[in-house]
Amino acid sequence: MIADLPVLSATIWLPILGGALVLMSGDKAPNVTRWGALITAVLTFLVSIPLATGFDPSTAEMQFVERSAWIPMFDVYYYLGVDGISMPLILLTTFISILVVIAGWEVIQYKPSQYMAAFLIMEGVMVGVFAALDAMLFYVFWEAMLIPMFIIIGIWGGPRRVYATIKFFLYTFLGSVFMLVALVYMYFKSGSMEILAFHDLKLDLTEQVLIFIAFLLAFAVKVPMWPVHTWLPDAHVEAPTGGSVILAAIMLKIGGYGFLRFSLPITPDASSTLDWLIIAMSLIAVVYIGFVALVQSDMKKLIAYSSIAHMGFVTLGFFIAFMIFANPAVETGAELGMQGGMVQMVSHGFISAAMFLCVGVLYDRLHSREIADYGGVVNVMPWFAAFMVFFAMSNAGLPGTSGFVGEFMVILAAFRADFWFAFLAATTLIVGAAYTLWMVKRVVFGKVESDSVAALQDINAREALVLTSLAIAVLVLGLWPAPLIEVMDVSIANLVQHIGVSKL
Amino acid sequence: MQYDLTSLMPVMPEIFLLSAACVVLVVDLFLSERTRLLTYGLSLATLIGTIAVTVWSGGGEAQVLFDGSYIRDPMSDLLKVSLLVVTGFAMVYAKDYLVQQEIYRGEYYTLGLFAALGMMIMASAYSFLTVYLGLELLALSMYALVAFDRDSKKGSEAAMKYFVLGAIASGMLLYGMSMLYGATGALSFPQVASALQTGAIDETVLVFGLVFIVIGVAFKFGAVPFHMWVPDVYHGAPTAVTLLLGSAPKIAAFALAIRLLADGMQSLSPHWQDMLIILAVISLAIGNLVAIAQDNLKRMLAYSTISHVGFIFLGILAANDKGYGAALFYTIVYALTAAGGFGVLAMISRRGFDAENLDDLKGLNDRSPWMAAMMGLILFSMAGVPPTVGFFAKLFVLEAIISIDMVWLAGVAVFFSIIGAYYYLRAVKMMYFDKPVDEAALEVSADSSVALSINGLALLGLGLFPAALFTACRAAFGV
Repeated sequence: MIADLPVLSATIWLPILGGALVLMSGDKAPNVTRWGALITAVLTFLVSIPLATGFDPSTAEMQFVERSAWIPMFDVYYYLGVDGISMPLILLTTFISILVVIAGWEVIQYKPSQYMAAFLIMEGVMVGVFAALDAMLFYVFWEAMLIPMFIIIGIWGGPRRVYATIKFFLYTFLGSVFMLVALVYMYFKSGSMEILAFHDLKLDLTEQVLIFIAFLLAFAVKVPMWPVHTWLPDAHVEAPTGGSVILAAIMLKIGGYGFLRFSLPITPDASSTLDWLIIAMSLIAVVYIGFVALVQSDMKKLIAYSSIAHMGFVTLGFFIAFMIFANPAVETGAELGMQGGMVQMVSHGFISAAMFLCVGVLYDRLHSREIADYGGVVNVMPWFAAFMVFFAMSNAGLPGTSGFVGEFMVILAAFRADFWFAFLAATTLIVGAAYTLWMVKRVVFGKVESDSVAALQDINAREALVLTSLAIAVLVLGLWPAPLIEVMDVSIANLVQHIGVSKL
Repeated sequence: MQYDLTSLMPVMPEIFLLSAACVVLVVDLFLSERTRLLTYGLSLATLIGTIAVTVWSGGGEAQVLFDGSYIRDPMSDLLKVSLLVVTGFAMVYAKDYLVQQEIYRGEYYTLGLFAALGMMIMASAYSFLTVYLGLELLALSMYALVAFDRDSKKGSEAAMKYFVLGAIASGMLLYGMSMLYGATGALSFPQVASALQTGAIDETVLVFGLVFIVIGVAFKFGAVPFHMWVPDVYHGAPTAVTLLLGSAPKIAAFALAIRLLADGMQSLSPHWQDMLIILAVISLAIGNLVAIAQDNLKRMLAYSTISHVGFIFLGILAANDKGYGAALFYTIVYALTAAGGFGVLAMISRRGFDAENLDDLKGLNDRSPWMAAMMGLILFSMAGVPPTVGFFAKLFVLEAIISIDMVWLAGVAVFFSIIGAYYYLRAVKMMYFDKPVDEAALEVSADSSVALSINGLALLGLGLFPAALFTACRAAFGV
């Protein structure tokens, strides 16, 4: 059956091999390069579909498992598998990657083969991060992501790209090396490199706290959480559109995924002890970064800050569980917060990708990201304006769009823990609406202020295709989130049960 | 004692290399610059032949020869094969450079081969005297090579510095050895080890001698604070010689350290462990920090070497077979990486232009995407970013350190690795993000580009499948 085929390996290695071929094709025939990249991306997506269709949502066991020896003397295995937490994220990756290839079609004229190859290789590596069940394999994929992203921002980015890309690389490298030390330490404790074996490893509180902090450094930088978020606006602003999309839609999710796969189940007692820290950081991200977004004059920076605020919801949803456990008056709700965080991750993947693509559409035409340079776009680009307004609404969490579902679930869960957490989190509904809609007002509506705006052309078929597919995804997930929640339900219930049991 | 000719069998590789080097020396006398390709071909054939003989005659149990002064064991075989391979790469990369800089002379090859012979002797040395014999053969060949471009003032200065400091280091080493010999009455390592194990000898004398031996080893490795010669010599020597000097001799230095410290003085390990901790930490710190300030690529790589030596020392100071295996893996990987790095430097030089500044890397991706990609792999491997093999080299060393409960030392090492990542990234940045300063087309001969491709892809391949080489490294220490 499908479950016996190496679907995960195919999803990882097909884009990497395709990327290598694209790279070797050179830049003599750019169209061959582009079509080659597109075919690879579409094939990869098709290959990943069996993960959804063949998935059994009734079990929290790992599925589509592949396992063979890799570095036997350290008990490191090439060990892959997915559960309800990682499977949706893999599909998100393969889906967004197609859009990224299409979005870079005509825009990228300088060395398109290297551009496309970098994205394809990164796609494979990111799927590897979500699928790896061996800690060392996970770490290798995790770090390998940095190289293509470093190159993408550095070559095709904006004016301050070199500063941004080196900052991005060193920040994330700094975060992750301490995770490596923690992983090696746990290997000596448990004699195994399997992540699932780490879940059952007995650790005392001091060990847990140190390991938790090592993980936090790695994942908090990636998410990014306040106060280690400062690389993100720089990287986003300077990255080419495709780079911003991948960063916002998928790379940030890898941080959130890390919390679910490593921090919570491996160090539940430390997570419980330090939950106030994470919740405080998340709420600061939601409230304070929301206000920071309000004053941005650069569209990409604004969306970057809005991403940080939205990711604050994700971490809030994950860690509110411990507050709910601690509150004797409440029995349930922990699952709700985590599910909300997961839904928020997937939904933010779509919405942030769409927002960055919208800015990309404008930037390709006017080569400016300044809000002040626009105004009255709706008069010359009505179709585009419709898409932009729709995505802005969903970014602000309008009911009926996917942005609402996750935020609502997290706020609901926060209520079970403490009214004031919910209150602070809910301010985002106002602040988020304020900064997104105010930007839309200044960019899209009003009178046509300048000649360059008057000369704008509406979106072409390629851009319409990309934005439409994202709009459909946002609507479907917003109106009918049940299938997604169903897929992750058992895995999350299992996780909640696991972290509810002390390891001490 | 009766002399048996079959006892020479285990040293066949050395005999083969020595004979072939003499043949190359004589043949070269009759060649003009136009026909010098024959010397090059013969030298490579010699290296390949020596590798073949080593592989063919090796693989058995450890054999001790010549009254306990020489040993043929799996570790020496692995060291020899790797140092010969690395020397081969260096010679391929060097050829075009020598031609372009008008120093295409046969002595480069003969001295290189004799240096390789010296390194092989170090790899197999089992007594104080043979260690010293191999060391001096290597060092004397290298002194001459550094001054190879005799009209270059920079080269002569570097050679002078190298010679004087190298002689002091050898003196220190000899002095330490004499102390040990005086205390134990033995020259051969197993006898030294068993004499030490009796515990009857006054520790003060032993530690006194040990200090000098560790200084000698640190000097040969170029560990801080005995690193002063490294940047000057790397910088002053012609790139073709830096290639030879900066790559394979690290493998020989590793052999020196293991034979002396592990085979000879394992029972003194608590003492030398403390010394190596200090050397390793300051090498990591100074090497990485000072490398940031360099704008000369050769000096930058020299300081990066110093920091890598810190990592090798970390593996050795674990003082167990796992640690030695990890350090061996690290050394081989580093030698291969360094050969590639200096090789690229030699390749972007051309007639009348000696590439050595970081700026010369600018825009390499525009000039030659393939070479930029290979150099990228080399730099990422040095920085220790997966999936290149440099990551696993660091990982295995960290694992060895954490297994002896020195987590803090692992923390120090990763901290300085992050600082190190910065200057490697800066070099990648110049290749990929900057416009070329120098638009001249790169002319790279087929043999160099094939060698660089093998070298670069090996770093990736070994990163994806590190198990085989690592098994060999651990098998060398019987783990």
